[in-house]
Amino acid sequence: MREISVETVSQVIEKLCIEANHSLSEDMREAFDHSVETEKSPLGRQILDQLRENMKIAQKEMIPICQDTGMAVIFMEIGQEVHFTGGSLEQSIHEGVRRGYTNGYLRKSVVSDPILRENTKDNTPAVIHYEITEGDKVSITLAPKGFGSENMSRIFMLKPADGIEGVKNAVLTAVENAGPNACPPMVIGVGIGGTFEKCALLAKKALTRKAGERSQIPYVRDLEEELLAKINATGIGPAGLGGTTTAFAVNINTYPTHIAGLPVAVNICCHVNRHMTKVL
Amino acid sequence: MDRHIQVPFLEGDTEKLTAGDYVYLTGTVYTARDAAHKRMSEALQKGDALPFPLEGNVIYYMGPSPAREGRPIGSAGPTTASRMDKYAPKLMDLGLKGMIGKGKRSVEVKDAIVRNKGVYFAAVGGAGALLSQCILSSEVVAYEDLGTEAVRKLEIKDFPVIVVADTKGNDLYETAVLQYRTAPEWGVK
Repeated sequence: MREISVETVSQVIEKLCIEANHSLSEDMREAFDHSVETEKSPLGRQILDQLRENMKIAQKEMIPICQDTGMAVIFMEIGQEVHFTGGSLEQSIHEGVRRGYTNGYLRKSVVSDPILRENTKDNTPAVIHYEITEGDKVSITLAPKGFGSENMSRIFMLKPADGIEGVKNAVLTAVENAGPNACPPMVIGVGIGGTFEKCALLAKKALTRKAGERSQIPYVRDLEEELLAKINATGIGPAGLGGTTTAFAVNINTYPTHIAGLPVAVNICCHVNRHMTKVL
Repeated sequence: MDRHIQVPFLEGDTEKLTAGDYVYLTGTVYTARDAAHKRMSEALQKGDALPFPLEGNVIYYMGPSPAREGRPIGSAGPTTASRMDKYAPKLMDLGLKGMIGKGKRSVEVKDAIVRNKGVYFAAVGGAGALLSQCILSSEVVAYEDLGTEAVRKLEIKDFPVIVVADTKGNDLYETAVLQYRTAPEWGVK
């Protein structure tokens, strides 16, 4: 058994919260640079330039890229040979978020109850997804999620007869409805298959994939490319003010499903697609 | 057309604005989002005073991240305006002239904009670090317990926005998209 202190987990998560909210990963930056060259709308290009400038200021001045520093979504991939010591793993994750959002001057956007709505004032609790893997490593991925785009996400419980055309229609419908509200250029995470909750999780996880990295499954890769082209033909454009860059990427994950079902989840993310991973 | 404009608005100012204009705002605006709008609505129902005068003023739908030492404000970009659609027509009928946010507005809000000669501006969503550089000062004037959702009085300088909905009933979100659309309608709701 490999031992890892839960204090180490808190420290790593604190650091990830601060870093992820101040600088985007290289793949997202490349997506921006590429889009400025291809965007056809002059206003769209001006907006993309503004967003690139925004990222520079964020990093240099240590101001969050977006004021909505999100609800902290955390994917924990835990090797089965690992033993956590020194306290509760779950509490150490929340503690890391608490420290990150407090020490990093990040916005506290979480309310303790969906109806009573009292702010918890430290952005906890996080939303945590655990996965047990082989080996003795722990992979921690932090993906702070803003709600402008989260609110535009959808789940469709399609029929098997709807097939791949039904999936395309579902994704395009969600994107069209999202329009300017989701702060385009968007990144679209899609989950196909599984159950009601599994497909939502597939979609969420798809958002943590590198922009520009395509699925290994040939038909899924084709579907990602076809959907990206169709989304960019909607005319929504940067900030929804018209243009040819509506999305940077469509990332699709699939999973086996039931003979009677075809669940499709569309998790929309804004251009501030924050995700950062640290392996212990 | 790019131009510089002073806020609060004076009589007749908003009628000179057209959807698509890129405008730089200088002067005073007030922030309010979901929770502050709910409180203002309750105050109006009870006959209590609002935390700031509406006449000629502009509300910025925004809840900032905390300011670091020596700075007026943290990241400060717009939030989705449609969540305030329920409250906006009433506030406009009482004198509110402008709103800054992002995303589409309801027919009721757009009607209220035409009726009251108002304006809805979009600031670029997700550009909170850049926009914060145009905010000179920030002071909480009401509902401090709401944290980021408190009402703040902001002094802004050359704050970049785009006119989306104008006094003539134009909506840039509807017209600009058509210009670059090469796809058919998918039409599933």
